[in-house]
Amino acid sequence: MNGVAMHIANGIVNAQVSAVFAAIAAAALAICVWRGRADLDDRLAPMAGLVAAFIFAVQMLNFQVLPGVSGHLLGGTLAVVLVGPWVGALCVSTVLIIQCLLFADGGLTALGLNITNMAVIGTAAGYLLVAGLLRILPKTPRGVAVTAFVASIVSVVVASQAFVLEYALGGTTQLSMTTIAGTMAGAHVLIGIGEGLIAGVTVATVARIRPDLVYALRRFRTARPVATKAAQTTVGAQA
Amino acid sequence: MKKRIGWFIAGGLLIAALLAGVVSSFASSSPDGLDAAARKGCTFDADDNITGGTCMAQQEQDHQLKDSPLADYGIKGIDNEFLSTGLSGVLGVAVTFAIGGGVFWLVRRRGHHEEKTDSAAGSASA
Repeated sequence: MNGVAMHIANGIVNAQVSAVFAAIAAAALAICVWRGRADLDDRLAPMAGLVAAFIFAVQMLNFQVLPGVSGHLLGGTLAVVLVGPWVGALCVSTVLIIQCLLFADGGLTALGLNITNMAVIGTAAGYLLVAGLLRILPKTPRGVAVTAFVASIVSVVVASQAFVLEYALGGTTQLSMTTIAGTMAGAHVLIGIGEGLIAGVTVATVARIRPDLVYALRRFRTARPVATKAAQTTVGAQA
Repeated sequence: MKKRIGWFIAGGLLIAALLAGVVSSFASSSPDGLDAAARKGCTFDADDNITGGTCMAQQEQDHQLKDSPLADYGIKGIDNEFLSTGLSGVLGVAVTFAIGGGVFWLVRRRGHHEEKTDSAAGSASA
């Protein structure tokens, strides 16, 4: 039974720290809804639904990374490339909420921790890497695949260290934090490589058959990907 | 004129359903990176109960919804593991698309100009 649990369970991090991160997660999601609405049009909305459903499916596919240790995709980087950072974070959150409420995976008390790590911090790290790498790599299927691969590895390791921070704040055993950080980082570098391969193949496939549906190809072309409004006017001026 | 998106979405959902419905039964059953780190330092018996040592998983408590009909990616009442996991996966894909896609559709920006009312945004945070 323990094998199917994939996210932080109840009781691992104490109630106070869990509550603080629930508030952080709620605030971050509110910002994502606010900023994401600017991106969500008649085409991105169904695409985002598909990305969420796809991440749900692939999260069920645990792959072996070490003897007795498996890993699964978190999905933040994949979502950033396909639907952008704000909507992408909402896609991963949707998956985590459904897994928690319907599949009893990831404690209800720990939902804020799981959303903060995988949907907010993991996606944010993936976004920074994707936006940076696409300034130098070609906007081709191969270019976005390499981008997604590298960004996935960093994103997964950063998300795993967010858990270490939460455990340092609200953990209830006297275990060495350095050991936990090392164990988590080591396993998650390997998980990140697995995630990177899945994300790379997925975005390259979409970029090949429907490049118009890849957010990163449409929106990260300009030199200042962070300023969405400015980027839109620049694109408009060039057209 | 923009290309249609319906067939792409349908194809993507089919792939997701196959991954969650069929491939999922071949997934590794080892604890994932987080779970493995949480169990490190403890010893376990055949029923996965902690028999000694110090580890993060000692403080683990049951899920509030552990008796949910879909708990642990299976369907309560179906004993065939392949069917139980597969059907729960397909159901999960359908529910995620319906709820995720539905909420995104409701909060989307309509037409060519941005909508000013924020009434729809409230329902997304629920």
